[in-house]
Amino acid sequence: MVLRVGIVGWGAYIPRYRVKVEEIARVWGYDPSVGAELGVYEKAVGGVDEDATTIGLEAALNAVKRAGIDPRRIGAVFFGSESKPYAVKPSATIIAEALGIVPDTMASDLEFACRAGSEGLRAAFGLVASGQIEYGLVVGADTAQANPGDVLEFTAASGGAAFVVGPARDAVAVLEGVYTYVTDTPDFWRREVSPYPVHGEAFTGEPAYFHHIESAVKGLMERLGLKPQDFDYVVFHQPNGRFPLRIAKRLGFTKEQVEPGLIAPYIGNTYNGSAFLGFARVLDIAKPGSRILVAPFGSGAGSDAYSFVVTDAIEEKRDRAPKVDDYIADKVYIDYAMYAKYRRLVLRYNM
Amino acid sequence: MAYRLSPARLWREKDSRYRLVGGMCRRCGRRFYPPRPVCPYCGSKSVERVELARQGVVETFAITYTVQEGFRDQAPIVYAIVKLDDGARVFAPLTDVEPEKVHTGMRVEAVVRRVRVDDDHGLIAYGIKFRPLRPAKSGQ
Repeated sequence: MVLRVGIVGWGAYIPRYRVKVEEIARVWGYDPSVGAELGVYEKAVGGVDEDATTIGLEAALNAVKRAGIDPRRIGAVFFGSESKPYAVKPSATIIAEALGIVPDTMASDLEFACRAGSEGLRAAFGLVASGQIEYGLVVGADTAQANPGDVLEFTAASGGAAFVVGPARDAVAVLEGVYTYVTDTPDFWRREVSPYPVHGEAFTGEPAYFHHIESAVKGLMERLGLKPQDFDYVVFHQPNGRFPLRIAKRLGFTKEQVEPGLIAPYIGNTYNGSAFLGFARVLDIAKPGSRILVAPFGSGAGSDAYSFVVTDAIEEKRDRAPKVDDYIADKVYIDYAMYAKYRRLVLRYNM
Repeated sequence: MAYRLSPARLWREKDSRYRLVGGMCRRCGRRFYPPRPVCPYCGSKSVERVELARQGVVETFAITYTVQEGFRDQAPIVYAIVKLDDGARVFAPLTDVEPEKVHTGMRVEAVVRRVRVDDDHGLIAYGIKFRPLRPAKSGQ
């Protein structure tokens, strides 16, 4: 599998507000130790004027800065989110317009729970590999929704990351191979008129998250003839701080391979931003020659496993935009009341 | 539904709302925002549209506690006149800052945010706001 494509630029964005898990537990009467059980201690919250589109746009601006290309050379913009501000009207066109990519481009919003952005990544790689476009922009961003008081609320967070993909000659990380594994598995869903998703409690684990990621990663390693110890870093989708460590152990990876890309303990689960932000954090520190495994997961359900090899070009691009850890460190705590207002959990009527 | 935001107007203004496109006078060389066909300084009609600098300083500001209907969730709103690094002045709200921390001379950068939302059914107006440089650097 010689694809001659890769990541040309990467960008992250995490809003500045944080609410502590213990604050959510206080309001809804949970055991204060719930944060320790989930491995998540606080989550990122978008401000009152932020949504998945503005978050995605900030990440995309950073990705284009790192790529160092004229945005007009981008021929496809894919936006993956499950918190689209408009049910009908693309966010991808807003991002494309704001970056000066329009009108000579494709632009689509994609849906596949938390791996919609990853489906965009696969599509963009395919378009570049087949010579139909020179560069593609892929954005994964969410202001993750959760029913107030549901266990999901402890982790559902705001954030996003974006990647410019292009030919291997320009890449900071060359795509070595990718394998996708999908089935119809009803672990987590949101109906058309529902404001919040519903999940199958424990069913979200074994038959969904673990089975699909395990199958995708094993499928990739088999096809590439690679073993867990061949990778320097592994990044999984991060619905909480525990699942990524469990799936890593099951697949034979060490804690040391997982931790650099583990961001859920500090910001929660940013849905489409989750594995992408973990990957961005690894690119912030990876040395040339490093091999990175990235495995996003989306409910419904499916997982993609990618293998990337970092190139020398990464060093000069790294400092062109803020790093994931810069955003993690730059934070302001808010209480539940402000969080509820910012995430529009309080309905206010214009009367 | 009370319908306030005009699709045509938002569409017409998208360059200035999304990319901070302003005007540059070919006669006196000054830049201004929003763009308009006549230079507000010298009256020349020889004006071109340019993307303005995205960073600048707060020249003056006002904290607004009494806001019109539709803006209560954003209150208090800090409105500022920002002098951009290319000399243009922009009147815009600040965001991601506690009002008591705003001061003249504060360095800020342009971001695109939700400026106004037409209830649950209408349009979302995105536009330029300014925030302190982020991620925060020491000394700010």
